[in-house]
Amino acid sequence: MTDKQAEILKNRIAVFFAWIAALLFFFPIFWMVLTSFKSEAQAIAIPPLLFFEPTLENYTEIQARTNYSQFAINSVITSFGGTLIALLIAIPSAYAMAFNPTRYTKDILMWMLSTKMLPAVGVLMPIYLISQKLGMLDSKIVLVVIYAMMNLPIVMLILFNYFREIPKEILEASRMDGTSTFNEIKDIVMPLAWGGIASTALLSIILCWNEAFWSIVLTTTEASTLTAFVASFQAPEGLFWAKVSAVSTLACAPIVVFGWLAQKQLVQGLTFGAVK
Amino acid sequence: MNRTLVRLLQAPSIILLLLWMIIPLSMTIYFSTIRYNLLYPERSGFIGLDNYRFFWTDPSFFPALTNTLVLVGSVLLITVVLGLAISILIDRPFKGRGIARVMLISPFFIMPTVSALVWKNMLMDPNNGLFAAFANALGMQPIEWLQDMPLFSIIIMVSWQWTPFAILIFMTSLQSQDKEQQEAATLDGAGFWSQFYNLTLPHLARPISIVILIQMIFHLAVFAEIFVTTSGGPGVQSTNLTYLIYIQSQQAFDVGVASAGGVFAIILANIVAIFLIRAVGKTLTV
Repeated sequence: MTDKQAEILKNRIAVFFAWIAALLFFFPIFWMVLTSFKSEAQAIAIPPLLFFEPTLENYTEIQARTNYSQFAINSVITSFGGTLIALLIAIPSAYAMAFNPTRYTKDILMWMLSTKMLPAVGVLMPIYLISQKLGMLDSKIVLVVIYAMMNLPIVMLILFNYFREIPKEILEASRMDGTSTFNEIKDIVMPLAWGGIASTALLSIILCWNEAFWSIVLTTTEASTLTAFVASFQAPEGLFWAKVSAVSTLACAPIVVFGWLAQKQLVQGLTFGAVK
Repeated sequence: MNRTLVRLLQAPSIILLLLWMIIPLSMTIYFSTIRYNLLYPERSGFIGLDNYRFFWTDPSFFPALTNTLVLVGSVLLITVVLGLAISILIDRPFKGRGIARVMLISPFFIMPTVSALVWKNMLMDPNNGLFAAFANALGMQPIEWLQDMPLFSIIIMVSWQWTPFAILIFMTSLQSQDKEQQEAATLDGAGFWSQFYNLTLPHLARPISIVILIQMIFHLAVFAEIFVTTSGGPGVQSTNLTYLIYIQSQQAFDVGVASAGGVFAIILANIVAIFLIRAVGKTLTV
């Protein structure tokens, strides 16, 4: 066997194992989606069924018999709301820092990042008691505020990195023409950094959507998001595997697709810009 | 743009984050030094470090600390080793690579409560789960995963979610590796391990440290997986610090002790955070 052939063989083996890994990692998701199309009896059948007559019954049942859509709407409101607020605060700030850096700018950004490291459980009692005092336990507003603040440091850092890539000359030219700062952000910075802003928003939405600690602790029924709703199936009486699977599939599908679309940009956001 | 305007634009983010940090943090520290139980509102007053002592001497504290460290350590080991192996396997052109990539990173985007339920019910259930079916088919006794090895089960679930994260980061870094250098090394007769050790590993040193640090921050705070599957049990076998503090606050209603625990968790996270922030700071150019 020549070196070339050995190389090809080695490659084939690597690809084979890559596929094995991919199938193993994806399998639980595949199994969840598959189970969502089974009847409850088929879902717990022994031995487990790979082939069966698929039914949409679970999907219609959860729409009819649970408040699924309310929880889905709550998830949308809290994750989009939190993201929108974080962006509205971060865009002007990151813009000012990127184009007029001072010797404190880096320290400020690093400090912002450090607030992200504060473990939620460390501030559980104050947040819980403040929400209670304000009569806002089980309120979407509290979650929106928490999500906005939770993601603000990451959003700031990524946007800062994006804005810095915009050549300063472009801005200087527009300033000569007497453009106001607001218009400068709106007409020049935003369009140029649009891709960056969109992928930042996507990352923030993903993080909010999957957030489980605060949504479980601070909500009961009214403001519960999908993560908390799914968690409520932990009780033994909630042992309806097929229906749980249908709920889970619906809850995860949009975010998994978001994740696929944004995978390249996510790396920067997830590592706070440290891996590009 | 004048200086005032620059400051004005920066002010909201700085002020809001400052409030978001200072207010809860100082409240936690304050609560940790007073007698404060929601069930006994009549008991109050400054008690110094008693809450800390109470938290510290709680028979659950030491197991919870050990569980936390075992959980973080095991997940790190599994995710980094598997992440490295898989990202190297997939770092070559082949048909369907895009699909394989998507399949590999998907678990990272599944919400933690869903992944916990899927593992708990459909895979690990000792009666109707898939693993039990495999065991039965092989003529073995099915394992009662969550009953007999609760912490290990949680480690598996968390690793399943986070190995994709490591893969995603390593895969991206590998793309920037100098392929010509590798080819030259191959021509010089350098074997796989020698190349891995001398070229790939140094190239990935930074991403590996970042992946480790970020994961540590998240895994110190693992909550949903425990909440949904074992509720920390049996006994305290799968209780970590986060869950212990949650129990103190939401079931014992002891604000003081929970806050003392919270301060402890903050200190623990900050030890990691210092290193992470330094690592990030190195790449940030202002």
